Amino acid sequence: MLLSEKNAMTEEIEELCSNYGSYRESLLPILNDIQLRFGYVSEFAQQEIARVLDIHPVEVYGVVTFYSFLSPKRLGKYIIRLCRTISCDMAEKSSIARVLERELGIRFGETTSDMKFSLEYTNCLGMCDESPAMLINEQVFTKLTPHRVAEIIRKYK
Amino acid sequence: MPIINNKELFPTDYNDRILIEALKKTPQDIIYEIRESGLKGRGGAGFPTGTKWNLASAAVAEKKFVVCNADEGEPGTFKDRVLLTDYLPMVIDGITLGGRAIGAQKGYIYLRGEYRYMLGRLENYIAQMISENRLGNNILGTGFDFTIEIRLGAGAYICGEESALIESMEGHRGEARNRPPFPVNRGYFCYPTIVNNVETFASVAVIISKGADWFKSFGTSKSPGKKLLSVSGDCRKPGVYEVPFGINVKELLKLVDARKTKAVQIGGASGYCLPRSQFDRTISFEDASTGGSVIIFNQTRDMLSVLKNFQEFFVEESCGQCTPCRVGNKKLLDGVEKIEQGECSISYIRELMDLGRSMQMASKCGLGQSAPNSFISIVTHFENEIFSSR
Ligand SMILES: Cc1cc2nc3c(=O)[nH]c(=O)nc-3n(C[C@H](O)[C@H](O)[C@H](O)COP(=O)(O)O)c2cc1C
Ligand code: SF4
Ligand code: FES
Repeated sequence: MLLSEKNAMTEEIEELCSNYGSYRESLLPILNDIQLRFGYVSEFAQQEIARVLDIHPVEVYGVVTFYSFLSPKRLGKYIIRLCRTISCDMAEKSSIARVLERELGIRFGETTSDMKFSLEYTNCLGMCDESPAMLINEQVFTKLTPHRVAEIIRKYK
Repeated sequence: MPIINNKELFPTDYNDRILIEALKKTPQDIIYEIRESGLKGRGGAGFPTGTKWNLASAAVAEKKFVVCNADEGEPGTFKDRVLLTDYLPMVIDGITLGGRAIGAQKGYIYLRGEYRYMLGRLENYIAQMISENRLGNNILGTGFDFTIEIRLGAGAYICGEESALIESMEGHRGEARNRPPFPVNRGYFCYPTIVNNVETFASVAVIISKGADWFKSFGTSKSPGKKLLSVSGDCRKPGVYEVPFGINVKELLKLVDARKTKAVQIGGASGYCLPRSQFDRTISFEDASTGGSVIIFNQTRDMLSVLKNFQEFFVEESCGQCTPCRVGNKKLLDGVEKIEQGECSISYIRELMDLGRSMQMASKCGLGQSAPNSFISIVTHFENEIFSSR
């Protein structure tokens, strides 16, 4: 990480802390915002958050690794999360999965080399009546068909 | 899509003027009305809401909190999404009435990370409520101060469990606490806290406006009122249905136009699987109890792969804190894979059923206690199918 990037991160974290308050209960809101803005919560970010909240960095690491939407590893700009739970599974989620892998040229759990897309599975998105469903960042897409998925990916590319 | 049928309990033309009338009532009157209605929690466990609120109201503390559980992670459940989308005024009024009833000044909505796309709309609505003085200080001149803040989850099913939810709100890993003490005595930062489901709060708003007797005119004596069901899987009309408690599975299948049904999963992955022979069972707390999830399987479905899907869910979502759940779920999944490969003896299956029963007794929280339900019910009812093809 460049020094200028580090400074920008520190500034961002300090600002979030002054918005949410420097309390332990602000940890998850801060982490959610950092994740959304940078696509991951880097080791440096974890240390800085620990410093401003005055808690041990291990506490921050423990929380980051507990929640599936927080990542200590850098992910792509667009994180695609396909639901693999039962109702989507029965609605041919596996054909959607194949289209995603083919269109992006990566497997589930991987990130494209241009850092644009990450592909992951997730559990029930609460869209079972419109299955199969997926998220791209916070945006939800339902009633997916192979054709529609390819269209959606093209728009994001 | 809003609720598909009926809409008696959750009318699309909800009259939001009831709030001012309701806030003129004393906290005791509100609690009395809710107790009279016999409302039980809609999140799955079915604890009587009036009793919970009474306990929190009786607790002596300098602060109290109301938490609306919008974590909705149970596979096959999506009725809270519909309530938050199309019936938000009822949910917010219900939370406010909860605050009034127990003497809290602050409410939270714990919204699952998957529903982040709703966040902007929810925040705008709350801001509008504040500008109309329907939230904030001295609400509508009644002398009652109450605000609501939204807390976003980050993708963890266990955070729907009320004590794990509170841990998460406090900025920790979502690991369930030992209970007792219950949140009504020691909840958010050890202050008395009521945690209720989205649908429970929406139901409160209706009960206060239409009265306990009206509410009790629906349903059964042990399960008064109506319930939202989230129906998905093999049917022509999936969606959210408003049904009176006591409706049986057969009637429900007709309502949603399901054909050639082989089995119905009631209560999501942590619920039970009912075979055809049990389709006269009723949806109610005393019989087939559900937080709202109904998943339908037709004759083409392989019940072992259904079970595998559920079991993978639990292995993934266990918080890992206690052994029966962390290791037990893994063992059950291994067993399912063994069956799949035709390598599992009937006697080993019996051992796994025993393991499941131990998990029900020895796990620390509801996740591990209910995780084996699917395994036990599917293996019991579909043993022939599962083994004959392998
Ligand atoms: C693993 C697990 C997940 C749960 N998820 C939810 C949930 O998403 N929403 C919910 O309202 N209750 C959930 N519950 C039940 C809550 O612990 C709690 O009983 C409920 O929020 C109380 O509200 P109610 O009485 O209004 O139902 C869950 C319980 C367990 C054990
Ligand atoms: S039962 Fe499972 S989810 Fe609950 S505390 Fe134990 S390991 Fe965690
Ligand atoms: S099973 Fe995929 S959204 Fe519920």
